[in-house]
Amino acid sequence: MPMLNFEKKYRVRGGTLMGGDLFDFWVGPFYVGFFGITTIFFSVIGTALIVYGAAIGPTWNIWQINIAPPDLSYGLGWAPMTEGGLWQIITICATGAFVSWALREVEICRKLGMGYHVPATFAVAIFAYVSLVVIRPVLLGAWGHGFPYGILSHLDWVSNVGYQHLHFHYNPAHMLAITFFFTTTLALSMHGGLILSATNPPKGEVVKTPEYEDTFFRDAIGYSIGTLGIHRLGVFLAVAAVFWSAVCIIISGPFWTKGWPEWWSWWLELPVWH
Amino acid sequence: MNRTRKTFQYTMLLLLALGVAACDLPPMDSEQQGFRGTGMAQIDNPEDVERVANANQPSAPLPAAPVVPGPKAGEIYQNVQVLGDLGVAEFIGLMTAITQWVSPEQGCNYCHNPANLAEDSVYTKVVARRMLEMTRHINVDWTDHVADTGVTCYTCHRGKPVPDYIWFKGNELKDTSGIAASRMGQNLASPSVGYSSLPYDPFTALLNTPGANAKVRSGTALPTGETASMGKTESTYALMIHMSESLGVNCTYCHNSRAFREWDQSTPARVTAWHGLEMARSLNIDYLEPLQPVYPASRLGPTGDAPKLNCSTCHQGVNKPLYGINDLENFPALSAYLFDQKTEQDSLLAYIEQSEQLASKTTDTD
Repeated sequence: MPMLNFEKKYRVRGGTLMGGDLFDFWVGPFYVGFFGITTIFFSVIGTALIVYGAAIGPTWNIWQINIAPPDLSYGLGWAPMTEGGLWQIITICATGAFVSWALREVEICRKLGMGYHVPATFAVAIFAYVSLVVIRPVLLGAWGHGFPYGILSHLDWVSNVGYQHLHFHYNPAHMLAITFFFTTTLALSMHGGLILSATNPPKGEVVKTPEYEDTFFRDAIGYSIGTLGIHRLGVFLAVAAVFWSAVCIIISGPFWTKGWPEWWSWWLELPVWH
Repeated sequence: MNRTRKTFQYTMLLLLALGVAACDLPPMDSEQQGFRGTGMAQIDNPEDVERVANANQPSAPLPAAPVVPGPKAGEIYQNVQVLGDLGVAEFIGLMTAITQWVSPEQGCNYCHNPANLAEDSVYTKVVARRMLEMTRHINVDWTDHVADTGVTCYTCHRGKPVPDYIWFKGNELKDTSGIAASRMGQNLASPSVGYSSLPYDPFTALLNTPGANAKVRSGTALPTGETASMGKTESTYALMIHMSESLGVNCTYCHNSRAFREWDQSTPARVTAWHGLEMARSLNIDYLEPLQPVYPASRLGPTGDAPKLNCSTCHQGVNKPLYGINDLENFPALSAYLFDQKTEQDSLLAYIEQSEQLASKTTDTD
């Protein structure tokens, strides 16, 4: 396999967080590293357990396979394997695999001598998952508050947990998260449109430079954030969306048990007009 | 720069403090409602649970009305239309209990003219008679909703002549003129619908209209079959939030929200709740609204309608009113028909006709 032009820079020794030189090698184009080993370890066991869970379950229908967390009565203790124990071990494996992957990204960043933007941003996504299956269940005192592993079943869980608060659109953090998600897609679509227009000129014209891109947005909306700025904005919007969705579910239950519309009565009770 | 940073820090601190102040803190209680992992659970703040429990104490236990052989109340007293078949001792016992349940401070004279207890001159006596009939009707005919627990006057009244939770038809408030004048019956952050922007009076349409139905979900994936308007859907959502708030539960107490409509995916509580909606509608139409001519203007709503009931009237934040504790077994007269219902309704109609004639006569002399 031929080397890509950046691989000379990439394939350097050192920069490992753990394991020293032991796993500091490549298999084909893939860096292994200590955390590559742990990623494979956790993901193979986790995936095998999901398949096992499907095998002992009632269906092989990919949409309906469901590996549910334990009953609330088990609290924060271990549940029997077929009554949620499987979910508990899969959760450990999933968290282990995700964190391993993030740390492998850190090692690669160190090899490349670049910043930790990629693992840091990925860590926010891991935080969102951990909020759902570890932080919120621990705050509520039962693993059973985690979401089930299944394509349809986890959607049913989302729906029901929303309706635990009568009307989830009144959740202030959910409002922020949705707004950031929509803004992320808006920014990405505008940026994508801009890049596609600049790099696909009519026949006979040359590819447009960033000056053209800036001019387009200065004409259209009076401001251009610039070529570097749009990527910083993208990261901020995406991270903020994920961060506030984690907040919106952590506060639902542990910090507010009633309907979300009712939460806004603090506004009605402000001394100015109360 | 330093100043900007300080301002930023103080603002963040203030926001954090506000955020914490607007929230509760764990640990919370939780109870599973459906199969594990479905997200069907009730999560409650123990402080709220305690507050609701304190607000829903049963009445001080009352001695059973003695059922002893002897003359009937109808033979001894005049104008005893509903409880005439009771023995005198049982009758007096029940009257005393009603006073305790409904007007402990005002006493017997809240309904009776002390000079002539038999007289119907006080409007509350006419209302109270109809309420007795209604209580009996609930306990006998609506066991699908109230089961063996049943209700007494105290279930709604809680020692107050006018129950805390009653409703009137929504009054369209006009704060301005022109196209902005109408609220379209919504956006009022009313406690009746959990402070949501949903229609604040879903009751007139769904709990006071004969044959009304809260069902809005279509049975097909796309809106090809039965369809309900956005307005009707929002009314149903408002009523459902009202039910949840009244019972101190969330939507998953009855529904698996993946399929709100499907009975075989719902909890058994939904059946009880369905009968409750039917009951509330029937009681408003047959018992409460017809009392309108009996009330003085001060007891009527802004549009002149009679006070009516909804889920809160009995439940008051508890899924089983008063946690299922009442004195009903001590007062069997409240859970059995002794008289013909037809006669009861006729006597009310006769009374209303009589008082209307009386009123028109008074106007004539003026």
